[in-house]
Amino acid sequence: MRRALSAVVGLAIIGAGAFWVATSPALTASGADEAPGGVPDLANGEAMFYAGGCTSCHATPGQDDKLRLGGGHALETTFGTFHVPNISPHPRDGIGAWSEADFIRAMRQGVSPDGEHYYPAFPYTSYQRMAAADLRDMFAFIRTLAPVEGEAPAHDLAFPYNIRRGIGLWKLAFLDGEAFQPDASKSAAWNRGAYLVEGPGHCAECHSPRNVLGGIIAEARFAGGPSPDGKGSAPNITPSPDGIGGWSKSEVVELLTSGFTPEFDSVGSTMAPVVGNTAKLPQADREAMAEYLLSLPPRPKATQQAGALSPSLRP
Amino acid sequence: MKLIVTAAAVVVIGATAALAQENVIGQRQQLMKDAGAATRTGAAIAKGEAPFELEKARQVLTTYVTVAEKAVTLFPAGSDVGETTAAPAVWQDNAGFKAAFAKFEADAQQGLSSTSDLDSFKVAFGTVTKNCGGCHETFRIKKN
Repeated sequence: MRRALSAVVGLAIIGAGAFWVATSPALTASGADEAPGGVPDLANGEAMFYAGGCTSCHATPGQDDKLRLGGGHALETTFGTFHVPNISPHPRDGIGAWSEADFIRAMRQGVSPDGEHYYPAFPYTSYQRMAAADLRDMFAFIRTLAPVEGEAPAHDLAFPYNIRRGIGLWKLAFLDGEAFQPDASKSAAWNRGAYLVEGPGHCAECHSPRNVLGGIIAEARFAGGPSPDGKGSAPNITPSPDGIGGWSKSEVVELLTSGFTPEFDSVGSTMAPVVGNTAKLPQADREAMAEYLLSLPPRPKATQQAGALSPSLRP
Repeated sequence: MKLIVTAAAVVVIGATAALAQENVIGQRQQLMKDAGAATRTGAAIAKGEAPFELEKARQVLTTYVTVAEKAVTLFPAGSDVGETTAAPAVWQDNAGFKAAFAKFEADAQQGLSSTSDLDSFKVAFGTVTKNCGGCHETFRIKKN
């Protein structure tokens, strides 16, 4: 009995130790280059800022200036409530005291300057694909915006999601640390589109179903998924009959510009602010995104199957 | 016997109410399709894919006015259940919802008085159709 007890205690200690080591933010994978050097290109930074949709979550709610990034928006999910942080260049409450390397690490590895894991509600699984120079430019652009005072409250999450260290395990499974790899057999426009959709645009984060652990189900990527806030769903954006099959490239570009579908329905909910962002991209970038989306493997709508799997679908 | 009749009446009334509810959802969806059809026409004109004709352009804006007037009557309390993509916000912030339609209508009316040629129509059409996404952002959810 005594021996069994000490074996259990021993295993628990080993388990806790293994958890502590495996979940260390210092371990988070990143194979990509760290410091890009060079002079930031603010115009490119602005484009990357809109491609990345930063303002859709980080703008201060209840006012019209999308460039006031004071945070505070409450993102209600079934894991609990995330309170979006201040990313304005305020030195105390925002990211004004960050270095370029801090910013790149946050975007690529989901780790704060203090060495804490960020929750993947911040879509670094997509942002990790971004080129270091684009991240440098994005950071430089954010630093030109107005500093906003005020800190968002701490997240209010249910157990076990409230254990931040646990994100380390999640990252081992779902964060590969790979930067975007262009496909030399495809056109420059296709590669640009792939980069924008998979990287800064983080389209797959909402338009894909997730497994019980909250990881995207690879074989249903872009085939639609439950809305992160649990209200409704994000549609299939692969070119299948129940997705964007039959749409022309210019119809996809129109949606990303004005929000109108080929039936002249106007997209709403969380896609409306996304269109507000993509409308600000150069036309060539929207065309590139359309080209890439229409080249995806057609997949049947995934919303229903996701319902059985994803905890975020349960009301 | 009396009980059965009463029970039957309750069922009938319930069914009628449900039917009316379905009806109201169907009607407002048709109304939105009418607005979409007008937008198709308007977009073709604004982009130069169809020739500018003052009557057609005015018709687009008139449709919006009609849609805005009718729409506010088609979201009665209780019509949030059924095959609808109306967001709970329609009823939680009903004043805001009605104000959004009032603004849409006012913009369309303004467009009617300012539209005289292609250029003025483009401006008016752009202003009015900004209301679509703005309202859908708050008051509609996506289901598929």
